[in-house]
Amino acid sequence: MKSVPLGVFIIMALAAPAFGQMLQAAEGVTARDTPLDAGSSITLTWQPSPDEAGRKVQVLAYEVWRATRAAGEYERLGEVESGKENYEFTDEEAENGVEYFYKVRARGERMSTDAAPAGPVKATAEWFHPDRLNMLVASVVLAAFVLYFISQARAGKELFIRRIAGLEAVQEAVGRATEMGKPVLYVPGIADIDDIQTIAAVTILGRVATMIAEYDAALLVPCSRSLVMSTAQEVVKEAYLEAGRPDAYRRENVRYLTDDQFGYVAGVDGIMLREKPAANFYLGTFYAESLILAETGHSVGAIQIAGTAMPSQLPFFIAACDYTLIGEELFAASAYLSREPRLLGSLVGQDLGKVIILISIIVGVVTAFLAQFGFELFGRSIALEQLFVVK
Amino acid sequence: MRREIPMIVAFVAGVTIILEFFVPALRDVASQIQKWYLVVIAFAILVGAFNLLRINYMKIRYRRADWPYSFALIAGLFAMAIIGIGWGIKEGTVFDWLFNYLIFPMSSTVFALLAFFVASAAYRAFRARTVDATLLLVAAVVVMLGQVPIGSAWVPAWWPDSLVFLTPDWLKDRIMNIFNTAGQRAILIGASLGVVSTSLRILLGIERSYLGEE
Repeated sequence: MKSVPLGVFIIMALAAPAFGQMLQAAEGVTARDTPLDAGSSITLTWQPSPDEAGRKVQVLAYEVWRATRAAGEYERLGEVESGKENYEFTDEEAENGVEYFYKVRARGERMSTDAAPAGPVKATAEWFHPDRLNMLVASVVLAAFVLYFISQARAGKELFIRRIAGLEAVQEAVGRATEMGKPVLYVPGIADIDDIQTIAAVTILGRVATMIAEYDAALLVPCSRSLVMSTAQEVVKEAYLEAGRPDAYRRENVRYLTDDQFGYVAGVDGIMLREKPAANFYLGTFYAESLILAETGHSVGAIQIAGTAMPSQLPFFIAACDYTLIGEELFAASAYLSREPRLLGSLVGQDLGKVIILISIIVGVVTAFLAQFGFELFGRSIALEQLFVVK
Repeated sequence: MRREIPMIVAFVAGVTIILEFFVPALRDVASQIQKWYLVVIAFAILVGAFNLLRINYMKIRYRRADWPYSFALIAGLFAMAIIGIGWGIKEGTVFDWLFNYLIFPMSSTVFALLAFFVASAAYRAFRARTVDATLLLVAAVVVMLGQVPIGSAWVPAWWPDSLVFLTPDWLKDRIMNIFNTAGQRAILIGASLGVVSTSLRILLGIERSYLGEE
């Protein structure tokens, strides 16, 4: 009789290593509403099972399961492969306001072990991004300046606008084309109409087209986007109408070429070499094609005015064109050319915003410099650089 | 109403997209607006294709100058469309072959022209006629030397640390990281202010020339 328990004991002792290799659960499972989002999202984080680090039993993956009650029926959402120091899984299909519980299951080759359920947690939509408060304040202040000066301009106050050489040259360029009997080529960049630089380019096109219609020169506008073409056609048509020359408007001169970047370049270069325009305008968003266009324009002897807010392309335009509108000047051009007081008022507001940023930079540099030497106020470093960090 | 409706659409869409930056809860609405925009773009492609066909067809019909190029364009357009729709555009199809061995090399050829244009533009820009141009020339030579291995090859191993500021590597880093970066940031700050100002003018309906109205 005594031999039976002894036998069981021996068998258990022999099998102990196998039983001892139970897969351990993932550790530190937390579930929280995904911060600063539009809701419908819960983020889970956890650390690996101790077995993964110890390599006793191989953990293949961690499965994520979800239920609306801790002891309820869980549904599988997905899995994350093992082999990381920290794990994260985002449930993008949570319903706002509903309480959820989550289980993380460590899955091995032959067995799986669940961690204790995490929750309850609810997904909610955030109504304000606190890290962007500085941006909001800056935008509101700048908008206030612009609106104030627009109201001043409306009231008839005389506003000083600094001279922009590139825009003063627009009339000269159009006049030259008229005298030479050659067309004006206007390239509105290669971006679509949702790009603010393209919008700026199209608004400038309206002013330039009015001038061209008055001078009775020809205007060519090759576009790389259909929507830009449609908008440009309307703008040019209205400009000719306003100039009292609707008969001179040629719809086919505002044409679509191709969306392909270098196909468009080849098309515009072809137009330049065939039509030999007397004046070329390159205004809007440009990439690698900027120098190819500008150098081809230079080779046909055209007076060239370029403008973009792409810092990497500006050196090319400056090297190859007669005048270049740098960054903000592109956005100021339409208002500048129109000379309309309301539009000019916005430019003054913009300039004032620039002055404030300049002062902030100087204050920031000085305080950061002082902070380096341990200058402190009320026990805190007075460096303002943290205020300007955009997250 | 022809003016008011586009202005209202521009205002609502613009303000929503701006607010979404500060109010995460509006992300879905903003994303929906962007999807609508993509739908508009998809239809606008047809407008562009029709414009292309019409202009080139007229050139062929009236035998205007260089009309054979227009013929080649229309033939290519239809050939690619028919092959793409008929046999698909996946890897290994005729469309894919035409793209890889015809269109892609042609694009690369145009892109390669940039090297020659850089040389000709640099020649004009770097002629040391003025103080500005001379500074540009010196900076460009230093940066170019700093970018290539041969630029630092002449610096001997025993070169003293106290004279490191005379090496192209050191100078290049300073020019690029301090002067160039500062200049680029200044341009970006100015441009950002311009964007805010232009956006306000458009949203408030002060700037309407993009609608074809002065």
